[in-house]
Amino acid sequence: MTSSLLFNVATFGYLISMLLFFAFLASRKTVLGSAGMFAAYGGLLAQTFALALRWKESYSMGIGRAPLTNLYESVVFFAWTIVLIYAILDIKYKYRVIGAFVMPFAMLGMAWAQLGMNNSIEPLVPALQSNWLVYHVITCFLGYAAFAVACGISIMYLIKASHEERGEGNSSGMMAAFPPIKVLDNLNYQSIMIGFPLLTIGIITGAAWANYAWGTYWSWDPKETWSLIVWFVYAAFLHARITKGWVGKRAAWLSIIGFAATIFCYLGVNLFLSGLHSYGGGK
Amino acid sequence: MTNNNRDFLHSLWDFFCSLKLTMSLLIGLAAISIIGTIIPQGSLPPEYVQQISPAKLKLYTSLGFFDMYHSWWFILLLYLLTVNLVACSIKRLPHIWKTINEPVTVFGSGLEKSLSGVVSLSSSEKSALLKDRVAAFLKAEFAEPVVTEVDGDWHMFAQKTRWCRLAVYCVHLSVIIIFIGAIIGSAFGFKGFVNIMEGETISKVMSRSNEEIDLGYSLRCEQFSVAFYPSGAPKEFKSILTVLENGKPVPDYTNARVIVNDPLTYKGITFYQSSYGNAGNYYFTVTDLNGKNPVALTVAGQSSVNLPDGSSLHVVEATKDVSQFAPGMSGPAAQVELHAPNGKKESFVVYANHPELNIQHAQQHGTGPVIHYKGAQERMYTGLQVAKDPGVEIVWLGCLLMVIGIYAAFFMSHRRIWVRIQNGIVTIGGNASKNQAGFQLFLDGLTAKLATHISEEKKP
Ligand code: HEM
Repeated sequence: MTSSLLFNVATFGYLISMLLFFAFLASRKTVLGSAGMFAAYGGLLAQTFALALRWKESYSMGIGRAPLTNLYESVVFFAWTIVLIYAILDIKYKYRVIGAFVMPFAMLGMAWAQLGMNNSIEPLVPALQSNWLVYHVITCFLGYAAFAVACGISIMYLIKASHEERGEGNSSGMMAAFPPIKVLDNLNYQSIMIGFPLLTIGIITGAAWANYAWGTYWSWDPKETWSLIVWFVYAAFLHARITKGWVGKRAAWLSIIGFAATIFCYLGVNLFLSGLHSYGGGK
Repeated sequence: MTNNNRDFLHSLWDFFCSLKLTMSLLIGLAAISIIGTIIPQGSLPPEYVQQISPAKLKLYTSLGFFDMYHSWWFILLLYLLTVNLVACSIKRLPHIWKTINEPVTVFGSGLEKSLSGVVSLSSSEKSALLKDRVAAFLKAEFAEPVVTEVDGDWHMFAQKTRWCRLAVYCVHLSVIIIFIGAIIGSAFGFKGFVNIMEGETISKVMSRSNEEIDLGYSLRCEQFSVAFYPSGAPKEFKSILTVLENGKPVPDYTNARVIVNDPLTYKGITFYQSSYGNAGNYYFTVTDLNGKNPVALTVAGQSSVNLPDGSSLHVVEATKDVSQFAPGMSGPAAQVELHAPNGKKESFVVYANHPELNIQHAQQHGTGPVIHYKGAQERMYTGLQVAKDPGVEIVWLGCLLMVIGIYAAFFMSHRRIWVRIQNGIVTIGGNASKNQAGFQLFLDGLTAKLATHISEEKKP
């Protein structure tokens, strides 16, 4: 058995889980919701083994490092943390239907990684040979994952809230499967309460590493700056709840904007901004 | 002071206390910070200067866009945030302090109305006995209550983790502490750079703003080396350094190893492995196309040398063994760049063990001289980043405080329970500063337990 095969199993599990949740949304048959969660747990288990196996494989290749060091590995780890955070919320609150808005993130991540990326295990360049890497990456991605879950919940909130505004309150059909907006608002807050401390620790461990390796804990490079932008947006979200006129829909939008900024911080900075820094290189 | 003046001060104070300002500042900072991630910061690459119009360049420069995180308006926003933070805290702290230290211990009807889920139990027992029993129960199951008698009725108040109401202030204070640490670092520290040749000693480094900084001691580079993975990718850059005081090696800092991610610190100044290079000599022989009239040629490090025909030559890269790059060949080789007098530029590889290839190349490219590589005398230098930051500990202290504060603010809750015993009726209510729903469940369970407790003890 190779880790690559197990990652495929996990991807497949997440796909099935997502489809089951969609069916659950359409039919409101509880058994479909439970089956969706079951598939998600199965995928999570397979992926957990796959991560451990890839770690072990790197040792048998004589490289020996945590599977967290390139784009492929980070996308895979991101998908894993999203499902993990969702599982925690499911165990605590049991609102299955949220899976329909969260599992697509995990599924897309895994599909992109498995189909579109090089998954070979390569040795580390000197700059990445540090234990700080592991602490930094794990905390950041757990934070990102909590924000992904919050974003899915916020989308549900906006859909449900606009439905209720149009006077279709005592709804039938799909809307009846959604939790009440008060519950969604609270779940959004709960997820960000998990994500914000983790992002804070992620930024701090990044700064500590930079200080240890280069002597500056903060140098305003695009990645650092974008992580601070994300942090500002979620700090604004936390204060929105105690500011008149900012509760409800606006807070949900802040959570969605926060996740968009998170994704830009994670992928956009590498894809677009570093390109800007190598001016005219290819042209 | 005139009324107008007072009104003005009043509204200024209100402005700084407002959470709407906080929202604007946080979102504004997030949005404005984007500028500096799109526009290059610091010294501008020439390609960028060429592609941007002069008017734009002037505008951006005058707005401080090329060093925006140190521009007056960005710093001003940070100061505004600090003032907002302090003003908000000053306004709210007295109230919070009172909630913590002067709790309402009497369960009056006003308080009762403000709580949700208040429950009443009845008991036929005498008030005084009932009071002792309920107090003991609260102490065992929750926290020791304060008991007060008012007009023959008994009131109890019990609470848990009241201090966590201050956690938010701990977070806000930590932001200010981090700012203080950063200011100290930029006022009393420096960031610099130094190149040291193998075997040489330095005592001064160059700061980022091009000032010479005296270390107060000396540093010698004993050796620099690079290790590679089998694939050719770099694995480790290593400098061996010795610290010298008055020319004498310091025992614990002799032949210290410095690699990327593992720096050397001495007397508050830290040296980080950052770059390297070869400043040694490269040796060549230049001949005619037919191999006549050999002339020896030495190129020092990165410098250029003029050839007899007027073109200039410098070394881009050199290796002792070319076989790892070009299987089937052997010996030293160098990639050189040749600038002809007519401005033409070409880059090619010359070999030590394959003179025929050197001749072939020269023949294909016209009449120019033939260049043979003879090898190099290596002389490596190490490039070290140098930093001193006396504020960094304060920054870490702030970070620690922030993490603890956020944890307490999010995951701890100030829980309060009030009980009133009046004419054989026990009334219970309470609230929590966080997770009210969870607390209500706890309180419902507690009330049910108290109900059985009261009825059980009555029987005997
Ligand atoms: C302009 C600056 C700021 C002002 C005026 C401000 C003000 C406030 C106020 C008034 C509260 C409510 C306190 C209460 O419940 O009594 C609060 C809560 C909080 N603030 Fe700030 N704040 C600022 C910046 C920040 C920043 C930069 C952070 C970053 C970590 C932060 C983190 C928090 C947290 C975690 C809470 C608790 C929120 C909750 O319990 O949901 N604040 N802030």
